[in-house]
Amino acid sequence: MDKMPKWADVVLIPLISLILAAALSALVILGIGEDPVAAVKMMVSGALGSTYGWGYTLYYATNFMFTGLAVAVAFHARLFNIGGEGQAMLGGLGVALMCLYVPWPHWSLALIGATTLAALFGAAWAMIPAWLQAKRGSHIVITTIMFNFIASAVLNYVLVNLMRPKGSMDPATARFPEAAHLPTLHDLLAPLGISFSKAAPANVSLLVAVAACILVWLLIWRTRLGYEIRAYGHSETGALYAGISPVKITMITMLISGGLAGMMAINNVMGEAERLVLNATEGAGFIGIAVALMGRSHPFGVFLAAILFGFLYQGGAELALWTSIPRELIVVIQALVILFTGALDNMVRMPLEKLFLSLRRART
Amino acid sequence: MSDTSPAIELRGISKAFGPVQANKDISIRVMPGTIHGIIGENGAGKSTLMSILYGFYKADAGEVFINGRKTEIPDSQAAISAGIGMVFQHFKLVETFTVLENVILGAEEGRLLRPSLARARKVLAELAVEYELNVDPDARIDQIGVGMQQRVEILKALYRQADILILDEPTGVLTPPEADHLFRILDNLRAEGKTIILITHKLREIMDITDTVSVMRRGEMTATVKTAETTPEELAELMVGRKVLLRVDKAPATPGKMVLEVKNLRVRDDQRVERVKGVDLNLRAGEILGIAGVAGNGQSELLEVLGGMRPATGTVTLNGTTLKLEGRGSDGQSRRAAGIAHVPEDRQREGLIMEFHAWENVAFGYHHDPAFCRGPLMVNAALVRDTEAKMEKFDVRPPDPALAAKNFSGGNQQKIVVAREIERNPDLLLVGQPTRGVDIGAIEFIHKQIVALRDQGAAVLLVSVELDEILALSDRIAVMFDGRLMGERLPDQTDERELGLLMAGVSGAAA
Repeated sequence: MDKMPKWADVVLIPLISLILAAALSALVILGIGEDPVAAVKMMVSGALGSTYGWGYTLYYATNFMFTGLAVAVAFHARLFNIGGEGQAMLGGLGVALMCLYVPWPHWSLALIGATTLAALFGAAWAMIPAWLQAKRGSHIVITTIMFNFIASAVLNYVLVNLMRPKGSMDPATARFPEAAHLPTLHDLLAPLGISFSKAAPANVSLLVAVAACILVWLLIWRTRLGYEIRAYGHSETGALYAGISPVKITMITMLISGGLAGMMAINNVMGEAERLVLNATEGAGFIGIAVALMGRSHPFGVFLAAILFGFLYQGGAELALWTSIPRELIVVIQALVILFTGALDNMVRMPLEKLFLSLRRART
Repeated sequence: MSDTSPAIELRGISKAFGPVQANKDISIRVMPGTIHGIIGENGAGKSTLMSILYGFYKADAGEVFINGRKTEIPDSQAAISAGIGMVFQHFKLVETFTVLENVILGAEEGRLLRPSLARARKVLAELAVEYELNVDPDARIDQIGVGMQQRVEILKALYRQADILILDEPTGVLTPPEADHLFRILDNLRAEGKTIILITHKLREIMDITDTVSVMRRGEMTATVKTAETTPEELAELMVGRKVLLRVDKAPATPGKMVLEVKNLRVRDDQRVERVKGVDLNLRAGEILGIAGVAGNGQSELLEVLGGMRPATGTVTLNGTTLKLEGRGSDGQSRRAAGIAHVPEDRQREGLIMEFHAWENVAFGYHHDPAFCRGPLMVNAALVRDTEAKMEKFDVRPPDPALAAKNFSGGNQQKIVVAREIERNPDLLLVGQPTRGVDIGAIEFIHKQIVALRDQGAAVLLVSVELDEILALSDRIAVMFDGRLMGERLPDQTDERELGLLMAGVSGAAA
């Protein structure tokens, strides 16, 4: 017997965790002498109160969907890919190469080309830790973390020494040509008669991210490969018994995971910055871990959690802009959400399971 | 009744885990200086009851009396101070410590070890004489055999002045001679006035050594009887709730063409230790070859190699074709394609994915079967239908394909595995411990299915640590000891004593 109904596991627990995190954040805001109610109002109106706010929320959410999916796919094979950050950086390099050095006739072709190379670069960056894990037993958590630093150093070198336009003082590539600019939600929605903020960076990559959510769902729950990934994740000896090669599954899963993380670059590099800058990922690779945890590694959960974190990012930025609540406190609030939804999951789960059990016993 | 109060008395103990009632209103009286057996199928609630007595679980209701006094046992420390000692099925010893160090672990006195060690050495010497419990106090645990290790567990309990000793399935890992020795020790302990509770699912042990026996079924105590006044048949019926066949009905084998030939097979385990040291065997269609032996003598590795889970050296031919033995040990798919089906020893870690639905498990290992696939996708509806059919044929309960494997009882889990493998009509069926942790009713059923497959002309290689099972099912018996086969016997020309000696590595036992 399962201990709780499924809806409680999927909806109730994340909700309670969120409320707890919010309550604690409110106390912190009170503690520094600000009004938590006003702060919440400002976050909501800043992130969701206008199409401009929505545009930013969805832009961040797009990043988090890609990195969240990356972590989620790896989780299903019980691999902890902490290297989303580095893989997304390399993805950015792939996007920049495609956009700068290929003369694209139309943005849609550029998007396909850039997505492909971003995924390839991200996958390639994940492949080395995957190979070390599969063949040599080096723990993937350690190696992917280290590969984040290496990626950062590689990008530093490439941007400063190779791709920086002559005479520029800025460690960044040149702007991408006009044909490689992605349409924003404003451009996409205007023909439908819906007006959307022109300044907000949310763009067509959002649709790619949503498609990725659906494809990942298909992969995990409908394909033979997904079946093998899940079987391996649940029991390595079981996989061996069924003739599923651990080496093969580790490699393929990490390639898919790295590819998804790399694809994030079509949003932040191609869609927003339209050039590759240093630290373009801004920690989105790490937020992906929280998103996958909160979304229970289910693509739909990842979708919702990504929007929530998009809201926190955008709302937090507004708070920092308009109140004396310092930028650091926003990080504290986000950290509390991660702490409660990810790390302290059992704190909410155990009492809730007990409650449901006693309810059930009372009924029978 | 005499005027002495019982050493242990439980009154009305109940314990539920969620919706599962593991113990239901259980009362039991164990008189001092007796051996009390508790028998029941797996999942009957024996271990739960003992865990309550040892302070691991808190009972939902009920009272415990030790020597007539009501006693609260909130944790194992309280159990120890109440004079209760427990010998677990899986030993709780520190492998890199010596016997002496293990004995004093948790019972050290003072900050310095030396005085405690000296005292323990003296006590151990006394206990050795008193109860035939001889163990070298300076041997390291990982260098002594399981029989010795078990004695260390008993010594640990006695060192803590336990008057009541609980043994949970103590003979599961022992050879028959070791088990005999254990029973002599228990006899001595009883003679000295110790009280012993013996938990087992083996009827023979109950009949051999206990004074009284309690039978548990589905969380309830169904009967407590004097051992002298009962029979194995009666106990089996009480355990299962209906009459059971203790023998397997089968016609003599009619061996056909050679299916499996193994020559000079050598296997190393994950630590690179050689576990199979040159095994030769032949197996024909339509016969069951049983491999007996104490767990850990290379049988598991032998099965794993044939099932494609582990690389090896030597030659293995199946129906005249040589199988690939080198590689990384992920050849399960090609083995299945060649006509080998495999009921693995450990259904929970190997044969099933416990979190998967039953229908997902029915595809496990056969998920590339075109009947279940369309391109890269799996056709779940076809699988669910297939699962429903198998569940009906093999009487899996509840017959719900969407239920996760972990929510079935052990017997029904095993039926799912057996159904999946047998329904493939393999040329060779590998079976490891087919009825471990399976209730008697399901054992009967699974045995019948294995014999039926043999009668259809399949070759069956059976590995089991249960001698009864080997004797009941096999057409030929080979005993494995220390990675080698100790010769072959025919089931009607051998007995448990001879096999037991072979299992202990005494090769001159040929009659």
